[in-house]
Amino acid sequence: MFSLMFALGLLVQPVQRTSTRPVIVASKPFGESYVLAEMFSQLLEAHGVRVDRRPGLGATEIAFRALRSGAIDVYPEYTGTGLLAILGEPPLGDAASVYRRVSTEFHKRFGVRWLAPLGFQNSYAIAVRRSTADSLHLATLSDLARVSATIRAGLTPDFIGRSDGLPGLQRAYNLRFRDVRALGPAVKYQALAAGQVDVIDGYSTDGLIARYDLVVLTDDRHFFPPYEAAALVSGRLVSENSEAVLALSELSGRLDAAGMRALNRRVEVDGTPANVVARDALASLGLIAGAPTANVASLLVTRETLGGYFVAQRSTIARLTARHVELVTVSLLVAIIIALPLGVLLERVSNRAETVIRAVGVLQTLPGIALLAFMIPLLGIGVVPALVALVLYSLYPIIRNTFTGVRDADPSAVAAARALGMTDAQVLRHVRLPLAAPVIMAGVRTAAVIDVGTATLAAFIGAGGLGEPIVAGLALSDTRMILSGAIPAALLAIVVDGGLALVERRIRPGQG
Amino acid sequence: MNLQPMFSPLQDQFALAAEHVSKRFGAVVGLDDVSLDVSPGACIALVGESGSGKSTLLRCFNRLVDPDSGAVRVDGADIAAVDPVQLRRRIGYVPQDGGLLPHWRVQRNVELVLRLNGNDRAAERAESALSLVGLDPSRFGDRWPRELSGGQRQRVAIARALAAEPDVLLLDEPFGALDAITRSELQDAFIALRARIRATTVLVTHDLHEAMLLATNIAVMHRGRIEQCASPEELVRAPATEYVGTLLRRARVTHSASA
Repeated sequence: MFSLMFALGLLVQPVQRTSTRPVIVASKPFGESYVLAEMFSQLLEAHGVRVDRRPGLGATEIAFRALRSGAIDVYPEYTGTGLLAILGEPPLGDAASVYRRVSTEFHKRFGVRWLAPLGFQNSYAIAVRRSTADSLHLATLSDLARVSATIRAGLTPDFIGRSDGLPGLQRAYNLRFRDVRALGPAVKYQALAAGQVDVIDGYSTDGLIARYDLVVLTDDRHFFPPYEAAALVSGRLVSENSEAVLALSELSGRLDAAGMRALNRRVEVDGTPANVVARDALASLGLIAGAPTANVASLLVTRETLGGYFVAQRSTIARLTARHVELVTVSLLVAIIIALPLGVLLERVSNRAETVIRAVGVLQTLPGIALLAFMIPLLGIGVVPALVALVLYSLYPIIRNTFTGVRDADPSAVAAARALGMTDAQVLRHVRLPLAAPVIMAGVRTAAVIDVGTATLAAFIGAGGLGEPIVAGLALSDTRMILSGAIPAALLAIVVDGGLALVERRIRPGQG
Repeated sequence: MNLQPMFSPLQDQFALAAEHVSKRFGAVVGLDDVSLDVSPGACIALVGESGSGKSTLLRCFNRLVDPDSGAVRVDGADIAAVDPVQLRRRIGYVPQDGGLLPHWRVQRNVELVLRLNGNDRAAERAESALSLVGLDPSRFGDRWPRELSGGQRQRVAIARALAAEPDVLLLDEPFGALDAITRSELQDAFIALRARIRATTVLVTHDLHEAMLLATNIAVMHRGRIEQCASPEELVRAPATEYVGTLLRRARVTHSASA
């Protein structure tokens, strides 16, 4: 009896200790979200709370699914996005009623809490070049609608699709652009500056609006709903760690739009790391101890050459490369363990083989982000869903090549082996498989190279790897940061391909 | 080199027989009520055009083809009741293209059946077999099949078929893909070989000259049936059917030529 109670005690113990597990702080992949998440993290750490950072999660869909399933505890979100994109409700007038609405609904439907707003709004900002604004006398969106037939728009795919984006805007202002091009967040400012498009969608607090001297057109019909920034907190954190929630609340109402724009500019324009900017901001708000970093330091960072940046970041790059290699290796091995026997089996029972292989091929056509988003409710975020996705993407080339290689193995050798008394199993093991080995290996090689590329998507669900600086760099328009992920990833692909080519040559039949 | 093990005692020689064997492949008639007796130690040639059924009949003897009706006997036993894998390990087989396993060296190829039978003297036996077909084991044993000429490949294939000292040897157009000179060399080698092995042999060929040169008996096949089965002399002297006569004329085989 005593020992039973002791055993129960052991079982109960880890459950009781979950209150001291690290708080998982995430962000979406754009500058302001990185800064806010970093402020959350440092604020928590200042209160002695352990923090696990998952910056740059896919987008609203992925971040919110992760929060809802408890895979993350907090990330910065905007009330307007919550209302329109997540709840799917029509826009409401004022900020206070939007906040009230999302607070009630999110708690009721998802068990998720909005902390009190941080104090600034980050709405969509429809921006044009100053020269365009001057020559066409544009100040408001109504002005823009007047000339819209001559205007080329470069909009983020997100904006083009959302009801609170282009479709709604067209209705509200009765505007028709001459041409609408989908542009990634990272390139839209350059495209506008270079005159390739005339208008873009940005965020009102974007640091880049000032950098490119753009004019933000006034939303004179109040189409865009209020987008108040706030910490969105999982129900689990609220019930488990009230201390952490209290700490996060200290930021409520402390940030204004001008202040946020200045922080964003340091990150997006000056290239100062988000954690430095966050520390300075918290220090100047008096929320953590310590003096703000001098701006000189950030200028030094900017002037570094690419080589210097790589040297400075070498331990980070090494860590991310190691994680990347780990993701690729594990997923490839698992894929081989599944696909090789399956390919052989399909060849043995070939009447359904093509159907099955084609079905596996369909997996290949799923967009990576979509696949990852689907898996969050089942597997959460992090390494496990990333590995599952990579395995799914690796299966097809290995199954296809195994099947074809085993089926088409030198027919005369196979016939002779059988005629001389090999059993089917012996023919498979001693003839078909060795003869198919180079073809199978070529499939593994294809899968490996695809894997190295696809593994960069792992960053969107917090699994790390070389995608992390690529995603962050794209969000911050920081070329060096992008390259610090892209160059090692490309080199890795070359090394993996070359290494497997050597293996392939070694196992070619009739080679000593 | 001691070639003694290659000779089988007379009582181990097997007779082959096909009794009213028929085989269809869908709508195509492969064999149509074929009966054939091969006496122990004989070498019979199955001669005919493509599609005459000669290869199908050959493949019935090691159960690569199972007849729809009729019986095939090896040493008097109906092989329908024999495990095909065990049967094939007792029967030497040489396909037209040699069928060497490209990922195995010559020596390993020749050891194939010996190893399947668990023979612990496989290496030694394989070397004897290579010598028997005129290839020096020390020169050729370590080569890859792709490093050999066509004639050498067929010699290796024959060595592989003979290495386990089978009671029956099946050859499916073994010299058909070779150039004229190489073919003639291999035919000579085969004649020499026949004097030293006693396996009952079935040889498929479309070349009547080759059949006359190598076989003790010739079965002429046409459209899945045996037109005539006789010794070369008998065939030339008294063609049993119009078809056999035409075949002889086309091949320019005359009574005097075969004598």
